[in-house]
Amino acid sequence: MAKTRFRSDGGLTARMGVVTFLLGAVYVGFGAVLVYYSGPVLGIVIVIALAWAQWYFSDKLALASMRAREVTPEQAPELHGVIDRLCALADMPKPRVHIADTDLPNAFATGRSPQHSSICVTTGILQRLSAEELEGVLSHELAHVANRDVAIMTVASALGLLAGFITRWGLYFGGGRRDSNGAPAMLVIWVVSIVVYAISFLLTRALSRYRELSADRSAAYLTGKPSALASALVKISGDMGRIPTKDLRQAEAMNAFFFAPAFSRDSLSALISTHPSTERRLQQLSSVAADLGRPMQ
Amino acid sequence: MGLWDSLLGRHKPVEANLDVLFAVPQAALTLQAGGGFTPLGTGAVCYRANEGAAFSVTQTDVQALLDADGGPAVERSTDSYGFTWLLDRQDPADLSGLVTELHAVNTSLQDNGFGSSLLCSLIGFTAPSGAPLGLVYLYKRGTFYPFAPAGNQQRDNVLELQVRGLIEGDLPVEPELGRWLGLWGAPGLG
Repeated sequence: MAKTRFRSDGGLTARMGVVTFLLGAVYVGFGAVLVYYSGPVLGIVIVIALAWAQWYFSDKLALASMRAREVTPEQAPELHGVIDRLCALADMPKPRVHIADTDLPNAFATGRSPQHSSICVTTGILQRLSAEELEGVLSHELAHVANRDVAIMTVASALGLLAGFITRWGLYFGGGRRDSNGAPAMLVIWVVSIVVYAISFLLTRALSRYRELSADRSAAYLTGKPSALASALVKISGDMGRIPTKDLRQAEAMNAFFFAPAFSRDSLSALISTHPSTERRLQQLSSVAADLGRPMQ
Repeated sequence: MGLWDSLLGRHKPVEANLDVLFAVPQAALTLQAGGGFTPLGTGAVCYRANEGAAFSVTQTDVQALLDADGGPAVERSTDSYGFTWLLDRQDPADLSGLVTELHAVNTSLQDNGFGSSLLCSLIGFTAPSGAPLGLVYLYKRGTFYPFAPAGNQQRDNVLELQVRGLIEGDLPVEPELGRWLGLWGAPGLG
């Protein structure tokens, strides 16, 4: 894998890296300032408010970081046609459709609720997949929308965010106060926060993997073609493996919403990855295929 | 989808109400009297073909069932989106016979566990001007909407809204216009 034919978009990954970094910096920095000046309770409220804002504006943030443009049915009639039918088949409101001009073959869904959701595909995925495979990927993303995965993952990560915040700044704050019992109490909160942060990190990742599998499953049943989805998965993860790791690590922030993770190093522990292994996903899809082939009892 | 299902990431199939299909002959009379629309005697069911033997067997059974009446053979075709259409032709005067057959196709697929793969059923009409009009039954919503194609990816909204006004009393019409799926090139549309 020394040479790659893949033309990676360095600017895009850099933008995403910057957005992610800034987002984290805003959380911690703004929260820290507020805690410093007005006490921990208001700080916590503000952190939760920021998490809420991140959820509420999730579609705008994600789409802007991918530089995606919305396409009308006139501009992309085939893509809209497929999504129209899948939405009618799944009985769900149609999300807005976006296309991102990047060779990275991927797709993601975002938005705070099924009524305010967007689905985004990259030009890379449109070029690589057959109509049937693309349909499988789109139904996977629609399943994320129907399952409200953006809201759920935001709520799930908010706890870890809060714990991480207290871990970083709690002790500093406690040390600033010299009451009779203030410092030990703060120390306890700090230790607890570290534990909560570690646990919630693992749980959030586990939840993310679980929801990927459930989206795969819904998609396979919706289209009735688990093999097309499996083939798309193999195609995309194969392509993903050819991309240099350096650029992929910067795209990691968007991973939770991607169809296939852009971070596919073999050594990556299964415990901390946002997506289940391709083998695990293919295994599930083949069991769905077996289910579909069986006659009704 | 409820909150609990969302939390568990479950996909709950929608309960269909196929019996409203039998209200179509009455609506056809209204369309004839109120707008001069005549039924073509064509009806088509659109579904997503699943992979695997169970689906092929069901599909063959359904086709055999429809062909058993001795009329014109059922035509099966696949559209550009990979959806399958079963086109059934009956005497235009016998709309209730047509509706019964469409009902049978829907029920057979549903009873074999493929209800989630059913997209819609379409009944063909002609406007007095000669323009085609499809009365579409959305399986997942249990509602109807008119579809009037006017060339490549265009539709005649005026005609559609006129038809909506006519059939509102007879059939449940899909209230969300965003769900009035475009079905250009559907078989049975004249």
